[in-house]
Amino acid sequence: MRIEQHPILEFDRGEKVTFFFNGQEIDGYTEETIAAALHAAGIRELGHSPELHRPRGLFCAIGNCSSCFMTVDGQPNVRVCVTKVKAGMHVEEQEGKGVIRND
Amino acid sequence: MIREAEVLVIGGGPAGLCAAAAAASLGAKVLVCERDYVPGGQLVKQTHKFFGSEKQYAGDRGIHIGKMLVEEALANPNIEILTEATVLGIYEDGIVTVLHDNKHLKIRSKKTIVTTGASEKFLAFPGNDLPGIYGAGAVQTLMNVAGVKPAERVLMVGAGNIGLIVSYQLMQAGVEVAGIIEAAPRIGGYLVHASKVRRAGVPIRTGYTVKEAYGNGKLEGVIICRLDEKWQQIPGTEEDIPCDTLCLAVGLTPLTELCWQAGCQMAYIRELSGHVPLVNENLETTVPGIYAAGDVSGIEEASSAMVEGRLAGYAAAESLGYEPEKAKELKEAAAAELSELRSGPTGARILAGLEKSASLLAARKGGE
Repeated sequence: MRIEQHPILEFDRGEKVTFFFNGQEIDGYTEETIAAALHAAGIRELGHSPELHRPRGLFCAIGNCSSCFMTVDGQPNVRVCVTKVKAGMHVEEQEGKGVIRND
Repeated sequence: MIREAEVLVIGGGPAGLCAAAAAASLGAKVLVCERDYVPGGQLVKQTHKFFGSEKQYAGDRGIHIGKMLVEEALANPNIEILTEATVLGIYEDGIVTVLHDNKHLKIRSKKTIVTTGASEKFLAFPGNDLPGIYGAGAVQTLMNVAGVKPAERVLMVGAGNIGLIVSYQLMQAGVEVAGIIEAAPRIGGYLVHASKVRRAGVPIRTGYTVKEAYGNGKLEGVIICRLDEKWQQIPGTEEDIPCDTLCLAVGLTPLTELCWQAGCQMAYIRELSGHVPLVNENLETTVPGIYAAGDVSGIEEASSAMVEGRLAGYAAAESLGYEPEKAKELKEAAAAELSELRSGPTGARILAGLEKSASLLAARKGGE
């Protein structure tokens, strides 16, 4: 859920767009991060740990801890807490440690 | 291609922006590398008003201080800020590598000021990796930067200033705060912050810790329990707190990877909250030309980080030959400001840490 009224802050979220999370269409804004948009949609489980497959969410939200790695438009290990939403982008749960593409 | 920089500042937070402004004010050309989209560091989410004196913008909110520092830096023709630029390494030959725009940049700088700040500490307990368990700063980013309601019901761990302030900010965002637990027998943060959250009806319970977190796929609740005077859990005192979010505000640790990699002499100093680079009175590390300022060289507050940044910035410009007399004066004024900031009880701990650091540095020199 997004905060509409705040005693101190106003939020400039940019333009409303849609993108895909595991194939499901989600609303987001161009000035917010993928992690923020997913949270606003109530999605907190972003993936699973590579070995024990335990659910993983966000921890630091500033690009430091690597807990939020996801595959974005085919590229693995994207820190979704510091990557902004783009219209039509495909955000997917990552399988294992991900494979770097050579293109 | 290798890019040249007179002064490279790594990290565009309060320390880094002040370092850049200081060095630039004496005539040096400064490049700031910031890993986020926007400079300002963690000031961008700090809606509370600062303490200290007027020189460090007391009474003003962190977000406004950050905005002002950024505007000042952007308006200065001697400063260039590169955002979304993550510094990856500092090498023996003085080359600094940076990931920017999916490219690997190489920078050769005459002086480098490391102002990488800190990261949040974690806590060990069963279930601590469940989605819904965050650093308090992460929750602050979600609600104050993104404007997303981060939770319905939160349990806060840690009654230091961050735990108290973020609890209050959560309430401002419409979140229910189930309580604040603190392992220590006393509240660590300022009384004024503690009173504010208590007045709002949030219980602060000292001598409590997290026994375990539970939930299916995401956090559903936390079992807390009391600690005895030896910090051991007391069986039979467990309580179940249903909540969808657990915030950890259990301290910060300096982000020193680049200092280690650059070969700076490091030491574990408890009062400074971890391993820190040893620095001299100019905040220069044991690697000539590499300075460290702000939380990276010891966890303190944004106000002291700003002054440390200025001191390092003046020192770096001075060592490049810019206005040595003026630089000396400005450095002395900054050092005096730091002494003033550290005159309170929290400052006493920092001063004890800095003393340890200075004696280790002296011992090192003696051994050469």
